[in-house]
Amino acid sequence: MMRLLVTRLLWGIPVLWLILTLTFFLLRAAPGGPFDQERELSPELTALIAEKYQLDQPLLAQYSSYLTATIQGDLGPSFQYSDYSVNQLIALGLPVSLKLGLYALCLALVLGVLLGMVAALYANKWPDLVAMLLAVIGISTPNFVIAPLLIVALAVNLGWLPVGGWSGGQWHYMVLPVLTLSLPYVAAIARLVRAGLLEVLNQPYIRTARAKGLSSFGVVFKHALRPALMPVVSYLGPAAVGLLTGSVVIEQIFGIPGLGRYFVQGALNRDYTLVLGVVLVIGLMMLLFNLLVDVLYRWLDPRVGRATNNRALS
Amino acid sequence: MKLKLGAGLLLVIALVVLIGPMFAAFDAETIHWDDMAVAPDAVYWMGTDVMGRDLFIRTLQGGRVSLMVGLLATMVSVFIGVSYGMLAGYMGASTDAIMMRTVDVLYALPFLFLVILLMAFFGQQLWLLFAAIGGYLWLDMARIVRGQTMALKAQEFVEAAHAIGQQKRAILVKHILPNLRGVVIVYATLTVPQVIMIESFLSFLGLGVQEPMTSWGALVNEGADNMDLAPWSLWFPALFLCLTLVGFNSVGDGLRDRWDPSMQKSK
Repeated sequence: MMRLLVTRLLWGIPVLWLILTLTFFLLRAAPGGPFDQERELSPELTALIAEKYQLDQPLLAQYSSYLTATIQGDLGPSFQYSDYSVNQLIALGLPVSLKLGLYALCLALVLGVLLGMVAALYANKWPDLVAMLLAVIGISTPNFVIAPLLIVALAVNLGWLPVGGWSGGQWHYMVLPVLTLSLPYVAAIARLVRAGLLEVLNQPYIRTARAKGLSSFGVVFKHALRPALMPVVSYLGPAAVGLLTGSVVIEQIFGIPGLGRYFVQGALNRDYTLVLGVVLVIGLMMLLFNLLVDVLYRWLDPRVGRATNNRALS
Repeated sequence: MKLKLGAGLLLVIALVVLIGPMFAAFDAETIHWDDMAVAPDAVYWMGTDVMGRDLFIRTLQGGRVSLMVGLLATMVSVFIGVSYGMLAGYMGASTDAIMMRTVDVLYALPFLFLVILLMAFFGQQLWLLFAAIGGYLWLDMARIVRGQTMALKAQEFVEAAHAIGQQKRAILVKHILPNLRGVVIVYATLTVPQVIMIESFLSFLGLGVQEPMTSWGALVNEGADNMDLAPWSLWFPALFLCLTLVGFNSVGDGLRDRWDPSMQKSK
């Protein structure tokens, strides 16, 4: 396990470097600069600004000084929010996005597992058909379609919840964004749980448990659920990535001050340092989360660690 | 059943999108100044948007763009994924190790964020849209094709071809490629809805298809903005988008249940 942790963390370094380099040069290759405005600035002012943000130096010098600063944990000043450093903006946005994503993930897990269990226990009967129909619709409906529909129904017409905003993360501001963000993952997890349970429920030890007089739900909770959840655990990695990207749209729609909004605003305003900082943080989150999922997987199924060499065959 | 329903749904949508515009009474860009935000009626079958444009023709033309981007980007991703996966799987040894490590690294990149950047900076070009999406979605295909190629390589008929002295390229093209057909078709079908979803996601953010051209994502975006004045401008594009995605997902799932050997067990 130690070896896994160390190798994976070491692997993370070139990955993060690649992300940084790709994004850096992509940003600089883009037409338009951070200080282009409708009104032309005087050449002296432009030169002053360029000097302040080191934009007057050669590209490679800028790259190496950015790289050095980043290694020391300093992501530089934001171009657009002139009173803030990128570190400060990320410290503001990251907790919001993480809260949104984690709540959505938890909701997706709880609802998805329940729905999948019902579907598997009533396989090919009407609860299964309804659950799977819901799952297909859930997977096929983008969250930016669900969001306006929920806003109209629950916020505008019924007036139960606010239309948007965050206001420090009070619960009633979070209900709609979390729900919208999680729905596609509820559907995907429900399908995985159903397929996993159906496979496990055919195993002889389940028949034994049933023969000993355990109820259907008892069998599922005591014996079948844990092995059936393995595919869900390996799905958590991609799901977390999807939640991070999904929250870009959700934050835009609901006006939530998270990382995704800074990212889109930064990209549109050519805020070089802000975009780089956000992409790096997201890359780091992805790496850490995938590592966490792998560790979890090995802990749940110790056979996996020993069988890694067989993976090439599958 | 899933397969037939999905295929039927897709056929209907394709026909409506392809043939429907011939029956349209209006142009997609004509602004009807006296008929802004009109609810669906006998004249405007899907109503008009807040600018007074006919939504029937806009929804169908947006559908053409969405479907075209979906198919073209899928072709890009299939081309890259299949050649890459086949090469890695067939060469094996250190070539395979390097190629698959590269895929692992690419998996770890926040790709969609890079695509967003790409579109934000160099947007407005349709070819870039599907090149970017196709260039992002080939990783799964490469992994699956590689696994399949390794399995095929171990079979007698490939060994026999090798023994009678056929070139590597001939073996790949004549013996391995035809046997990958099933897997490739299944995963290509499942890639199309992903592409359409990403395209509409980008268009929703205002980074995808640009005016005067439109797509379902762009229309959903406009519709969501004007939901209070003209809710139908959200309903129809959203409905078409979701039905198309349901169709592709059902067909892909159905085909996978039928063809993919690794899925046989779980049935």
